Amino acid sequence: MQPNYQTMTQTGDLAQVRNKVLKNTYTLLSMTLLFSALAAGISIAINPPHFTSLVTSISALLLMWFVLPKTANSGAGVLVVFAVTGLLGFGLGPLLNAYLHTANGSQIIMTSLGGTGIIFLALSAYALATRRDFSFMGGMLMVGMIVVVIAALANIFLEMPALSLTISAVVILLMSGFILYDTSRIVNGGETNYIMATIGLYLSIYNIFVSLLQLLGVFGGDD
Amino acid sequence: MKIGWALALAGMLVFLLPRARHMLKNSPKADKGDWMALLLPLILVVGFVVLLILAVS
Repeated sequence: MQPNYQTMTQTGDLAQVRNKVLKNTYTLLSMTLLFSALAAGISIAINPPHFTSLVTSISALLLMWFVLPKTANSGAGVLVVFAVTGLLGFGLGPLLNAYLHTANGSQIIMTSLGGTGIIFLALSAYALATRRDFSFMGGMLMVGMIVVVIAALANIFLEMPALSLTISAVVILLMSGFILYDTSRIVNGGETNYIMATIGLYLSIYNIFVSLLQLLGVFGGDD
Repeated sequence: MKIGWALALAGMLVFLLPRARHMLKNSPKADKGDWMALLLPLILVVGFVVLLILAVS
């Protein structure tokens, strides 16, 4: 029986491409997380006004929607990813400063940071170890995101604390789903662009951190 | 500030809606055991978050 060398080579090539995407994604992700933390540190030191978060968030969204898709296949895409993560990190400054001025604020921030890291590492390890295809979740996750955005939009004017907490809890679950979805897409060859993969995972980590911070801030705050 | 955040979220909705429609149409169906494989880590995440809340409160 003749072994199918062509198929074996193609399978080997595919595995090589997936491993390369995975390696590049995690390298870029760790670099952007460090850069984002540095930007947040600078922002804490400068203590910019609260509307900074709005300006940096809108700038980051515009970069992600209009610039990143055009540059994702070139080296410039890496710079855009750093710009987006730097802006989002800098925008965290006023929020972190508000927590740091409470009695156990630093404990809440460190717990949120550690908790986010553990959730991300555990879910990534699960998706990598099982190699299961979670692409069936794509539509469900997007519908969940839309529901969350509508609820958040309504809560800007309703200002209901219970709804705010519910949104944070749902965001943590949704972003956990996105980590499984994005990682399985890399593992199963659905995502071959490490720049897009990095930004997806970064946003999941960022949103889990902010939501966890809010949950722990409410339940663990002294006020 | 409120108007600014509302505009940002509205923009996000405009951006997400066509993508969600596309993903709903093109997402593959779940195989047997897929939902269990998804629920298990999510339940663990919920448990972990509850643990963190208890730790800080």
